[in-house]
Amino acid sequence: MNKDIAAVYMLWLRAMKRFIRSPSQIIGSVAMPFLFLIFLSAGFSSVKFPGMPSNVNYIDFLVPGILGMSMLFAATTAGISLLWDRQFGFLKEVMVAPVKRISIMLGRTFGGITTAFLQSVLLVIFAIFIGFHIGSILSLLIAFGFMILIGLAFVSIGLIIASIMTDMQGFGLILNLLIFPLFFLSGAIYPINVLPNVVRYITYINPLTYGIDGMRGAFLHASIFPIWFDALVLGIVALILISIGALAFSKAKITI
Amino acid sequence: MEYSIKVSNLVKKYGSFIAVDGISFEVKKGEIFGFLGPNGAGKTTTVHTLTTIIEKTSGDAFVAGYDVSKYKEQVRDRIGIVFQDPSLDDRLTGYENLDFHAMVYGLAKGEREERISELLDMVELKDKANLLISKYSGGMRRRLEIARGLLNRPEVLFLDEPTIGLDVQTRRHILDYVKSLKEKYNMTVLITTHYIEEADYICDRVAIIDKGKIVVCDTPKNLKKGLEGDVIIAKLHNKDNAMKLANKINKEHIAKSTKISNNILYTYVKDASSILPKFMNIASKEGISIENIEMRNPSLEDVFIHYTGKSIRDEEGSGNESMREIVMRRMR
Ligand SMILES: Nc1ncnc2c1ncn2[C@@H]1O[C@H](COP(=O)(O)OP(=O)(O)O)[C@@H](O)[C@H]1O
Ligand SMILES: [Mg+2]
Repeated sequence: MNKDIAAVYMLWLRAMKRFIRSPSQIIGSVAMPFLFLIFLSAGFSSVKFPGMPSNVNYIDFLVPGILGMSMLFAATTAGISLLWDRQFGFLKEVMVAPVKRISIMLGRTFGGITTAFLQSVLLVIFAIFIGFHIGSILSLLIAFGFMILIGLAFVSIGLIIASIMTDMQGFGLILNLLIFPLFFLSGAIYPINVLPNVVRYITYINPLTYGIDGMRGAFLHASIFPIWFDALVLGIVALILISIGALAFSKAKITI
Repeated sequence: MEYSIKVSNLVKKYGSFIAVDGISFEVKKGEIFGFLGPNGAGKTTTVHTLTTIIEKTSGDAFVAGYDVSKYKEQVRDRIGIVFQDPSLDDRLTGYENLDFHAMVYGLAKGEREERISELLDMVELKDKANLLISKYSGGMRRRLEIARGLLNRPEVLFLDEPTIGLDVQTRRHILDYVKSLKEKYNMTVLITTHYIEEADYICDRVAIIDKGKIVVCDTPKNLKKGLEGDVIIAKLHNKDNAMKLANKINKEHIAKSTKISNNILYTYVKDASSILPKFMNIASKEGISIENIEMRNPSLEDVFIHYTGKSIRDEEGSGNESMREIVMRRMR
C-alpha cells in the first residue's frame, strides 16, 4: 500500500476507534448543543423575531443553528486535539513515519470531520423527535454538505491554533474567546437582521454564518443568501483555511 | 569499513543555548553504541536530530547512508526509535498501536500480522495484545515500544533511555533483548543512558557526553584500562576536608590524579595496596578523619568521574526531565 495513503487511513481509523471507545466524551460534546436545542426551542417557540419568515416554526429555524454549533465545537476541538498528541508523545511517533506531513494533516482532518459529523447526525435524530421537519432527503443531503464544509473550516482552525501554540496554557482562553463569539455571531439562534449594523457586518466575516444560512436554505427554503452563494463562500474559506493549516502544520513543533 | 551513523561537528542550539556542541562520532554496522551522560547532557537532542525529529543547527549527520536533513523519508524508512518519553496511544490496544505503525511503513496486511505476532512473542506480550495501553504497566509499555520500533526491520535502532523508570529486573530483560536483536538481525543500535552499569553491560563502545560535548569515546574495557591502576575512594565529613586532603596528596605525588564529588575523594593510583598506608598517614597527619574507605579496579563510573570531574549521580533527579516523567505518569 502507498505509505501516504496508508497514513491518512490510519489516522482516520485511529480517530474512529478513539471516538467509539469514549461514549462519555460523545455524550459530553453532544450534550451542550442538545440542551441549547431543548431549552431555546421551549423558551422561544412563541417568540416572533423580526425578520424570521412568518411560516417558519422556531425549532425548524433553530436546528440548522444548533447543527452549526455542534460542527463548530466538535471540529475545532478535534483540530486542537493535536495539542494532546504533542503532550502525550504520540505526535513524535507519527512524525517519524516515512510519510509526508500533508498526509498526516489530511488524516487528522478527515478523522476530525467524521467524528464531528457523526455527533451532529445524532443531533439531527434527536431534533426529529422533538418536532423538527427535515423536508426532503435532498434538503438533508445539502445540509450534510454544509456540515462537512463547516467541519473542514474549523478542524483547520483548530489545527492552525494547535500548530502555533507551544503549550496548553492558552487553551481555555482560546476556546472561550474564539468559539463562543463565533457561535453567537453566526445567526445560529436568532436572525442576524435583528442585530445592530456594526455587529451584523461582523457576522458576515464569520464563515459559520454562511454554513448555517445554507442549511436554512436547504431545510426551510428561507435564507439570506442564495444556497449556491453560501456554498461558494464557505467552500473558498474552507480551502484557504486548509492551506493555512497545512502550512502551519508543516512548521509545527513535534516535541513539547 | 561500513558506517551506519556518521556525525561530524554536529551542533544544536536553542536560541543562544548550545545543547549539542560540535560532536563527532561514527557507529559501525552491527555495533551497539552507547551515549552515557547525565540529564541535560544533550543525548536526546542528538537522537532527535539523527531521527529527523528536529533540525540541526550545523554540522553533518548521516544515518544509514543518508543525510538526515536532506533525505528525511529515506532515513525514517530505515530507522526504528524508542523515545525517552512515552509515545503510545493510550486509548488503543497494544495490537492496534503496532498495526497502525506497521501500516504507515507500507506493510501489507499478511506481513503485518506475521511480524506483529513474532514481535509480540519476543517481548512476551502476546496475551496482552488486545488490552488497552492504559491498562499496561510501565515495563509493558516500554517493551511494546521496543517491539514497535522493530516492526519495519530497521537498519539502525535508536533507544533513548529505554530503561528509565523501570525496575532492575525489567531493565536487565530489555537489555538482553537488545543484545539478542543485534545478533539476530545484525542491526546497529544507538542507546542512550545515564545508568553506568547499563552502558558497561550492553555497549560495544561508549561515548561519554557532558554539557553537549563528547569527552571520550572507546570500548568500556579500554576506557577502564585507560585509567590504569586502582582507585581509592574515601568518604569524608565534608567537601572542604576532601579538598584539603586532595591538595596534600597531590603535593606528595603519590597519586596520578584526584577527583572530588561532594564529600567523596577519588584518588587514582598505580597500585592501591602500596599507596593506601601512605594515604592514611597523610590523612591522620592533617587530622582529617575518614568515614569510610574502599579501593578497587576502576569501574566505568570511575572513568566517568575521571573525565567529567563529577559523579553521574550528582545530577540525578535534579533535572526537570525527571520532574516531567513524574508529571507525565500522573497525567496518564
Ligand atoms: N526545546 C528545547 N528548548 C530549549 N532547551 C532545550 C530544549 N530541549 C532540550 N533543551 C535543553 O538542552 C539540553 C540537553 O537536553 P537533552 O538533549 O534532553 O539532554 P539529555 O537527553 O542528555 O538529558 C538541556 O539543558 C535541555 O534543557
Ligand atoms: Mg534525554
